[in-house]
Amino acid sequence: MRTIFFIIQKEFLQIFRNRFMLPVIFIVPIVQLIILVNAATLEMKNIGVIVVDRDLSTISRRLVGKFMGSSFFQIDKYTFSLEEAEEDIEANRSDMILHIPAGFEDALVKENIADLQILINAINATVAGLTNAYTNAVIQDFNQEILGDYTGTIRFVPLKQIDVRYSFWYNPDLNYKVFMTPGILVILVTMIGMILSALNMVREKELGTAEQINVTPIKKIQFVIGKLLPFWILALLELCFGLGIGKLLYDLPVTGSLLLLLFYASVYLIAVMGIGLFMSALSETQMQVMFLAFFFLITFILMSGIFTPVESMPDWAIRLNILNPLAYFMRVIRMVLLKGSAMVDIIRECVYLSIYALIILSLAVWRYRKAV
Amino acid sequence: MNRFWGFVIKEINHILRDYRTLLILFGMPVIQLLLFGFVVTNELKDIRVAVWDQSHDRYTREIISKVFSSGYFILDSYLTSERDIEDKFREGNVKQIIIFGHDFAGKLEKENKAEVQLLADASDANTANLVVNYTYGIIIDYIRTLNRDLTAPMSIVPEVRMMFNENMAGAFMFVPGTMALILMLVSALMTSISIAREKELGTMETLLVSPLKPLQIVLGKVTPYLGLSFINAVGILVIGYFVFGLPVRGNIVLLLIECLLYIGVALSLGILISTIARTQQMAMFTSLLALMLPTILLSGFIFPVENMPAVLEWLSVIVPAKYFIIIIKNIMLKGTGIMFIWKETLVLVFMMAVMILISVKRFKIRLE
Repeated sequence: MRTIFFIIQKEFLQIFRNRFMLPVIFIVPIVQLIILVNAATLEMKNIGVIVVDRDLSTISRRLVGKFMGSSFFQIDKYTFSLEEAEEDIEANRSDMILHIPAGFEDALVKENIADLQILINAINATVAGLTNAYTNAVIQDFNQEILGDYTGTIRFVPLKQIDVRYSFWYNPDLNYKVFMTPGILVILVTMIGMILSALNMVREKELGTAEQINVTPIKKIQFVIGKLLPFWILALLELCFGLGIGKLLYDLPVTGSLLLLLFYASVYLIAVMGIGLFMSALSETQMQVMFLAFFFLITFILMSGIFTPVESMPDWAIRLNILNPLAYFMRVIRMVLLKGSAMVDIIRECVYLSIYALIILSLAVWRYRKAV
Repeated sequence: MNRFWGFVIKEINHILRDYRTLLILFGMPVIQLLLFGFVVTNELKDIRVAVWDQSHDRYTREIISKVFSSGYFILDSYLTSERDIEDKFREGNVKQIIIFGHDFAGKLEKENKAEVQLLADASDANTANLVVNYTYGIIIDYIRTLNRDLTAPMSIVPEVRMMFNENMAGAFMFVPGTMALILMLVSALMTSISIAREKELGTMETLLVSPLKPLQIVLGKVTPYLGLSFINAVGILVIGYFVFGLPVRGNIVLLLIECLLYIGVALSLGILISTIARTQQMAMFTSLLALMLPTILLSGFIFPVENMPAVLEWLSVIVPAKYFIIIIKNIMLKGTGIMFIWKETLVLVFMMAVMILISVKRFKIRLE
């Protein structure tokens, strides 16, 4: 026990003496929480519109006015030449073209139906899809409006209507920041648990100091515990620190039990540290372990559902996610923080992760050899 | 010159002998393209939805079957009481609950107006928004079929054309994005670590006392990565073309030259970082923080830059990947020539020049 304690003491001294380590642990989360959280949004605003109004009728002007009035759109310019407008889109000066052909009002009044052309720059398919949805909403709205104006008096058979009301639970303003913050916290904790601890292990190997420890009476298991425990503590501190910042900056709700979250995080950390240890056993140099860790971390992060829902992924990805510890934690941290889920709701994730941690850690300790 | 090539060959051997380096070099781009192509999409599929139908009539059944035949949603369960709602959401599988009030059909037929309630689990705000919009669209569509035989109301029919990308393929975004990211990773991260490594292990001293000039050492370190990055760029283009059907509408030679320019910028960034970092860990974290994160985020790769707060938009001005992505999108997808991208090209050239200048100033040929 005393041996472990001394190793831990040595590790902490090394961490705190390293001028570079502390900023990594405490400044990085702040920067990440500020930049990443603010950057990750699909909310659209200021979609640039070029208006090509060849009809110049009351109705066409009203339609343009409708777009002007919407907070999603901003009119970049008016022109009569479709070619010019298309050139502007090509040069990225605007996002979409609203083309109202000549005879628009006539067609609407006489034939009850009128065509309208919308041209959207679709290189970014996601943005184009959203732009299309917003445009459609504006036009639907406008349709309703003129329907009331023009046919309100002569309509005999009333139309059936279904009133669709919707409400967003747990986050009524659709504030994506409280969604992203827990996700970023998961990445931060994983970075410390997986990469820093793995690097630390391998560094001793690379610099040759591992050999010196190998000839001491320190047992393999003591060495591993002494090496990992400091990072386990640091990572948990980091989580609390990050939660505090999230609370401060974005008013992150903590609906569920904080204790439950910390408990889950500590199990999670054992699992990722197991992965880190395993990777360090496979590597001789820091560069090698960095590359390994980086490869898996990126893959894990992208598959974890931090940006997009896991359910919408293809089946093979969902099955692969059984091996992805980040996917479990990503789900649990959001459930506990935002929805107040209790132990009963996450029992399945708890059991899975515990088994996972047990397997990977024993595998890693077995693979880790106290020999050169 | 022979000495120089000997050094380059030594570096190439270093790289190719280690399977982990190869994993990053060639495994990473493939995995990323696959993940972005098939896994990380904003398209909805198989979202679990629960229904609380208190009316059970012809209309509600029709709406329900319409919603679930769309392919976006799968039916999780029927709820029977209000208490179930909260429990369902807390369990975490159900993303939306559709509620029909009592006597839906009666209200619709007698008063011509009935109400549907959609409750979405907005702990995932982006998805909740999409889910509600999709459902809303399906129901609106249903109303239109209901009213079809009554009157033909006057309506404006928008005809939408998606320019440059008719099928709205996501590949148009992520292939250029992955290219920007991988080239940055391979060039900047790898060079900075490999130079810092020589410093940390003390082998830099050996190199400095060798007949190789400092410039040759740096060039020798950089040359293999230049070649490998270029192979990578071509590989990504080939995968983009054959797997995701991404066209190259513009001049391929111009495209490759721009790739080389961007690789040059990334390499000079790597050199710059290595002149600052003393240890591998430092080089790695600086590269990760200063390069990876901004490249992923501020280059508009996953999330559009236009939607970000103004400060971040300004910050994106110094991210090389932003210009590179504009350039390759222009050449590949719009087929435009140098006329449209000379500004961005100049910015990249300027960045490279500045970074090389600083690196030369900072490069120490003596030991501390």
